[in-house]
Amino acid sequence: MNVQNPNSFKNGPDEEGQFGIYGGRFVAETLMPNILELDEAYKEAKNDKAFADELAYLNKHYTGRPSPLYFAERLTEHLGGAKVYFKRDELNHTGSHKINNCLGQILLAKRMGKTRLIAETGAGQHGVASATVAARFGYPCLVYMGAKDVHRQSPNVFRMKLLGAEIESVTAGAGTLKDAMNEALRDWVTNVEDTYYLIGTAAGPHPYPELVRDFQSVIGKETKEQMMEAEGRLPDMLVASVGGGSNAIGLFHPFLDDDAVQIVGVEAGGKGLDGDEHCASLTAGSPGVLHGNRTYLLQTSEGQIEEGASISAGLDYPGIGPEHSWLKDSGRVNYVPIMDVEALEAFQLLCRLEGIIPALEPSHALAEVIKRAPGMDKDQIIVMNLCGRGDKDVFTVGEALGVEM
Amino acid sequence: MTQRMTYRFAKLAEENRPAFVTYFMGGDPDMETSIEIMKGLPAAGADVIELGMPFSDPMADGPSIQAAAKRSLAGKHNLPKCFEMVRAFRETDNETPIVVMGYYNPIYIYGAERFLDEAKAAGIDGMIIVDLPPEMDEELCIPALERDLNFIRLATPTTDAKRLPKVLSNTSGFVYYVSINGITGSAAPNPDAVAASVAHIKASTDLPICVGFGVTNAEQAAGIGRAADGVVVGSAIVKAIADSLDGGKATSHTVSNALDVVSQIAKGVRGARA
Repeated sequence: MNVQNPNSFKNGPDEEGQFGIYGGRFVAETLMPNILELDEAYKEAKNDKAFADELAYLNKHYTGRPSPLYFAERLTEHLGGAKVYFKRDELNHTGSHKINNCLGQILLAKRMGKTRLIAETGAGQHGVASATVAARFGYPCLVYMGAKDVHRQSPNVFRMKLLGAEIESVTAGAGTLKDAMNEALRDWVTNVEDTYYLIGTAAGPHPYPELVRDFQSVIGKETKEQMMEAEGRLPDMLVASVGGGSNAIGLFHPFLDDDAVQIVGVEAGGKGLDGDEHCASLTAGSPGVLHGNRTYLLQTSEGQIEEGASISAGLDYPGIGPEHSWLKDSGRVNYVPIMDVEALEAFQLLCRLEGIIPALEPSHALAEVIKRAPGMDKDQIIVMNLCGRGDKDVFTVGEALGVEM
Repeated sequence: MTQRMTYRFAKLAEENRPAFVTYFMGGDPDMETSIEIMKGLPAAGADVIELGMPFSDPMADGPSIQAAAKRSLAGKHNLPKCFEMVRAFRETDNETPIVVMGYYNPIYIYGAERFLDEAKAAGIDGMIIVDLPPEMDEELCIPALERDLNFIRLATPTTDAKRLPKVLSNTSGFVYYVSINGITGSAAPNPDAVAASVAHIKASTDLPICVGFGVTNAEQAAGIGRAADGVVVGSAIVKAIADSLDGGKATSHTVSNALDVVSQIAKGVRGARA
């Protein structure tokens, strides 16, 4: 599918909440008034300096932004090609980029007078960030998490509990992120009056894809400034992992109209695209409607949604944010899969070469960098979003490597 | 509005009784049993049939209907089989209106126009698509109306005076009032609150108002049926089917279990204004 190139890639979404044919508001009527109310509240907040100031203050003093742009000298030397920089969002408070979005949304929830938070989580990074802002702003918080993810991300489950959140282990379906999102939507439709649904990725019904992107775009904006400072020019390539796609759209969006910057999104290839154990919605899926938006999905020929599979719980989702679907069709961003084994190797390499334990999600992005950098010139520059730290993944990695702990 | 739907509600109004709208999941637990249940519904007291189309991710449904969808999909049920059920039903009944109910993605993948043409040809009168609010009318609602198929919209307790005209626009057949904020098969609605909401909606439309979500027995059905033009029961029927199964398979009493529940609740609906 190809769409005509627009004058700008940054104009979306339109009034209907669509990026081309993607996005929209495919939700039950019960939720429509809430979604329209959120849209209004966000439009107001965007034009309110006090809102921007409060968010900027929290980003700086609570999260620790700006996150550094770090030149990975030893990795660059090892790969022998392009210079590799990391945008270090793993150094944020709570250990990932998820806090950027949660702070923005809790301020919206407060503006709207909502008194209860719910969230879904896969790897638990968004759950931890949600529990964190709930504690900081005095909200009760219920996090829906697939039973399989509760097991494989146990350190994050305990962190959420320490922060005062309740965890609902979801056993429906395969017990992963998709099923957690279904349960969160069922809760929301039941408690629509007082509850704010804090969606963790740039997906779901409009205006979520837009507002999550905007809150995450702080990543790309900082990168632009820091890159000008470090190198006096823009990078040649951006690389980020995509599950739902929030860290990627956050890095990519400010660069979309900079034609010279190549942009690469990395999906979870799992055990390979030939079988059904992967999560490469863009590479191996097709457009459909799920969780409030039209986007690329892993589905059967009859439109039933399939379960994804990835070593990384955070990428284990059969859909993708709608803006990524549009960026794929327009050709502006190139999306590629990385297999579990490649991500595992990249994970270990970074530990030893740079003294950084990355999360399994950005390890996918790193594996793509490892493939591309050697073929590029030494004066070329790659920026990769190191969007999460890997403490939560050490048990999963240990198991995959056959290590007894 | 299709003739079948118009005639049915006109006749019920004449008799001064509310419609009994029965929901069950197509293909649960298998095609043969499901067709037998469907064929038995009118005699058991159903005035309008809602035929569920299974989806892997039923976001607005509670555990009973989630499980029914899972059983149906395990038996490889799909849209062509849904049409097959309707054709089989129409061999012996060309009066009872049939409304299909489900989620948009399987229809989108099948092709919206193809779906509508085949639905019409099979003898379907209308559809309730949970995740297509008025904002998405171009997708399926407008093409359905062009083919003289009913597009039945859900109004909910969150539908305020400002929102109601939008919900009623392009709605035909009847208005489905969801009596509670929540998923199917959850808490029982309060009849007085429901009556007030029905009166509120009636002030803005001539369409019949059917009320559902949370109605599980004859007494509740009677309470709701006093004010509403129709009472929808779903999870209670689906649960009766589930309770009759052995290892997920139909047994000799699956059909009778389902139809017994329908007969019992029908008494409540028919006695609502007696």
